[in-house]
Amino acid sequence: MNVAVIMKQVPDTEALIKVAPDGSGYVKEGVKFVMNPYDEFGVEEALKNKESAGAKEVTIVSMGSERAVEAIRTGLAMGADKGVLLKIGENEYTDAFGVAKALAEELKGGDYKIIYCGKQAIDDDMAQVGPMVAQLLDIPCVNVVTSVELSGDKAVCTREIEGGKEIFEVSLPAVIACQKGLNEPRYASLPGIMKAKKKPLDIKDVKLEGAKSEIAKWEMPPERPAGRIIEGDDPAAKAAELVKALREEAKVI
Amino acid sequence: MAKEVLVFAEQRDGALKKVSFEMVTTGRKLADQMGGECAAVLVGDGVEGIAAELGKYGADKVFVVEDAKLKNYAPDLYAQAVAEVAKDAKILLGGASAMGKDLLPRVAARLETAMASDCVKFDLDGDALLSFRPVFAGKAFVTIKVTGSPQIATGRPKVFPAEENAKAGAVEKVSVSLGDAKAVLKETKIEAGDRVDLTEADIIVSGGRGMKGPDEYKILEELVDALGATATVGASRAAVDAGWRPHGDQVGQTGKTVSPSLYIAAGISGAIQHLAGMGSSKYIVAINKDPDAPIFSKADYGIVEDLFKVVPEITSEVKKLLAE
Repeated sequence: MNVAVIMKQVPDTEALIKVAPDGSGYVKEGVKFVMNPYDEFGVEEALKNKESAGAKEVTIVSMGSERAVEAIRTGLAMGADKGVLLKIGENEYTDAFGVAKALAEELKGGDYKIIYCGKQAIDDDMAQVGPMVAQLLDIPCVNVVTSVELSGDKAVCTREIEGGKEIFEVSLPAVIACQKGLNEPRYASLPGIMKAKKKPLDIKDVKLEGAKSEIAKWEMPPERPAGRIIEGDDPAAKAAELVKALREEAKVI
Repeated sequence: MAKEVLVFAEQRDGALKKVSFEMVTTGRKLADQMGGECAAVLVGDGVEGIAAELGKYGADKVFVVEDAKLKNYAPDLYAQAVAEVAKDAKILLGGASAMGKDLLPRVAARLETAMASDCVKFDLDGDALLSFRPVFAGKAFVTIKVTGSPQIATGRPKVFPAEENAKAGAVEKVSVSLGDAKAVLKETKIEAGDRVDLTEADIIVSGGRGMKGPDEYKILEELVDALGATATVGASRAAVDAGWRPHGDQVGQTGKTVSPSLYIAAGISGAIQHLAGMGSSKYIVAINKDPDAPIFSKADYGIVEDLFKVVPEITSEVKKLLAE
């Protein structure tokens, strides 16, 4: 059985995001790019499948600019076997549907039993690609998954819902969209990093179909007006003052 | 009937989710602006009886798809049913709940259109829907215009008002021929405890690295208990990574993005990814010993103090106030 991981390169969570003055996008200069944190759980789970569930090969499939090669190499250094980059220009845009179409087209021929992905990318926060790819491939998807048990041609997955969990059984192939808590992603070892340089990484130019949506405008969040520091002689006085403010000014308790 | 705006109405175990009323109210307003009709689609088994509730919030018509196969949430079958009803709608809205986030991308792919997720504001440009939504967990915002049809969007729970409307809806049954579910729900486990989920809470009391350990969260839980049934406990990434709290409690860019009326951050310094996740809270209170903690720049009210001394005092003040 072969396993694929859909991966996106995104700005690090520590990155300060600045919107370009003309509202056309965000400023990429000086931003550190990393593997989407939720996709790391997918890579780790795929590697575990290789170690204990008989998966033969782990392929990382990413869509993005040439720069995304770095993130694919990170996955290869963790232990994945090969990578595919569906390459688009740095400023070329498509939406989640366009990404899902290109990924589904690529994944179709791969005979993958499981396709892992993150539950969302932490840049656009759309959380669409996993279920869209599953729909386009006409296979099941379990989303926001915190545990996976494989047995033969089936997987039992636990997913998070409001205030609880749902347990789904799916037949493979399936898309599994990973949530924090699924596993602890390993770090790339130094020998892993050395080996990754020699692993196959296929770069394919993709012709984007017309997107079905556009980003009309980027904006910075509204500034919050400066608040006030609650003063008082002791903790009890400060607490009383705060509770009074929350009751009388903010009217939230 | 024309379906200018169609709203996916989510139910679980025969009870409609509050976000469904929020989205019907939102859909009603958009339909009025367009001079069109607002309908809802309700999917399940034996759910016709609750359809009228949607009418109260402004649905002119509720399309009900009932089938024994739809008793439990089945992503592929629900997508088929919703897509069938939505294919000639101009706009399809749903809640950005666990179900909505899973279902509507499948519906969009089925109908070969795009969507905007987890929006916090909608507007119209003619018949085109403009969806305003956070990216990078709120570090920036974008306005999305879907050019495909239908224009699909999900709205973040608790952001849009749910208002009862004088217009009462009719109910129309729709039958869809369904295959077998590819993903089968075996069990739903609702966690013990009566606290609301972070994404549905009105008040969140979060603890960070300053909590020093898992047992100390007791003082936050006592405050939450005093604040009532709509309050719950959250945590920063540092606290979750230290193993003090389950990851489901995490607020921030790799956790949950929340919009409560009141967010109390105790012992949280305010890493940028945390600030992003709670920045859309209506009121923010920061409690930290360090007067230079970045969290104070986001807070409406700040208390520079040892949280272990001040939080129990806040709890007793709240108890006193609410006992009055």
